[in-house]
Amino acid sequence: MTKQHANWSPYDNNGGSCVAIAGADYCVIAADTRMSTGYNILTRDYSKISQLAEKCVMASSGFQADVKALQKVLSAKHLTYQHQHNKEMSCPAMAQLLSNTLYYKRFFPYYAFNVLGGLDSEGKGCVFTYDAVGSYERVGYSSQGSGSTLIMPFLDNQLKSPSPLLLPAKDAVTPLSETEAVDLVKTVFASATERDIYTGDNLEIVILNASGIRREYMDLRKD
Amino acid sequence: MDSVSESQRTLYPYVTGSSVVAIKYKDGILMAADMGGSYGSTLRYKSVERLKPIGKHSLLGASGEISDFQEIMRYLDELILYDNMWDDGNSLGPKEVHNYLTRVMYNRRNKFNPLWNSLVLGGVKKGQKYLGTVNMIGINFEDNHVATGLGNHLARPILRDEWNENLTFEEGVRLLEKCMRVLLYRDRSAVNKIQ
Repeated sequence: MTKQHANWSPYDNNGGSCVAIAGADYCVIAADTRMSTGYNILTRDYSKISQLAEKCVMASSGFQADVKALQKVLSAKHLTYQHQHNKEMSCPAMAQLLSNTLYYKRFFPYYAFNVLGGLDSEGKGCVFTYDAVGSYERVGYSSQGSGSTLIMPFLDNQLKSPSPLLLPAKDAVTPLSETEAVDLVKTVFASATERDIYTGDNLEIVILNASGIRREYMDLRKD
Repeated sequence: MDSVSESQRTLYPYVTGSSVVAIKYKDGILMAADMGGSYGSTLRYKSVERLKPIGKHSLLGASGEISDFQEIMRYLDELILYDNMWDDGNSLGPKEVHNYLTRVMYNRRNKFNPLWNSLVLGGVKKGQKYLGTVNMIGINFEDNHVATGLGNHLARPILRDEWNENLTFEEGVRLLEKCMRVLLYRDRSAVNKIQ
């Protein structure tokens, strides 16, 4: 008897877009708050951003249950790290941890597309971008999720990050000021909302800098 | 992944309940579901209780496979029992129960043996109202109004239009009745007896 194939899929795409931009001494992470399935909207005000450590924030889009589980796993591992090392994890350390956690489930992946943003141990902004199975790269800016195909080219145009192949290694962080970067993020999401059906409702922006963490919200189109 | 043999995995649901609709109102939560259990396209059972109280603070409503709902009730009964046995004056609130259910549903989906339900969990603890939902693959969220199944398509637009923070009990009941009426008209698996 042939093996019966499942008539249900363990994955679903709940949509949404995430963006992160690194600056000289700040990092901006933003994500919309719409959660959808197929052509329906499930809820208009779901946060995709989670703060993993004091200087480290993750935004994830994709399959919401996997995202939730991933956030829980990382928080738990971070707590263990804090107990064992008596200090918080730095952002680059968390980046490696996230990559390993994703690859651990290489053959039944977390359907989560992540951007990790924060301040590294020197206080400079850092952004790490991931795919669903954990390959990652430190970059100056990134976007993931359903709107990323619309957002990324625009960010490339505005932020023109130097190629990581150049020698001597050039700084990946953007020369923009913090307010300019936040404005850029707002513009970028307003545009993505126009054309991507899965992006919209509300925008949640998190700004990390030396004085701490700040949140901003902006309305997006609800159609 | 094969911890359960092929013949024991849920492949498709047999006896199913249709939608559940729930809203937050001024003093708490209102939830409604009809009392039908369909066996495919036959209306097999007409007095199925799909809303059950959980502990002192919560209400659980389920649509989907009724036998899986009964299994969930067994898990929750055990959970509440242990909670009571601590006898420490604290009791599990709706947020905690919702989290527990989310983990249960997600883990079953990971083992490719899901509980074929969409659940609505609502309650009030210490004046704080909570309304959330989980479905069979683990997608969960909380909101001011939720619905499962066809209710998402038919009832939620009505709720989005007419819901506000300060609904009284009577207004809330009327709103839910309106949603259930629309579901009765348009959902072939709905019955006219509601809980």
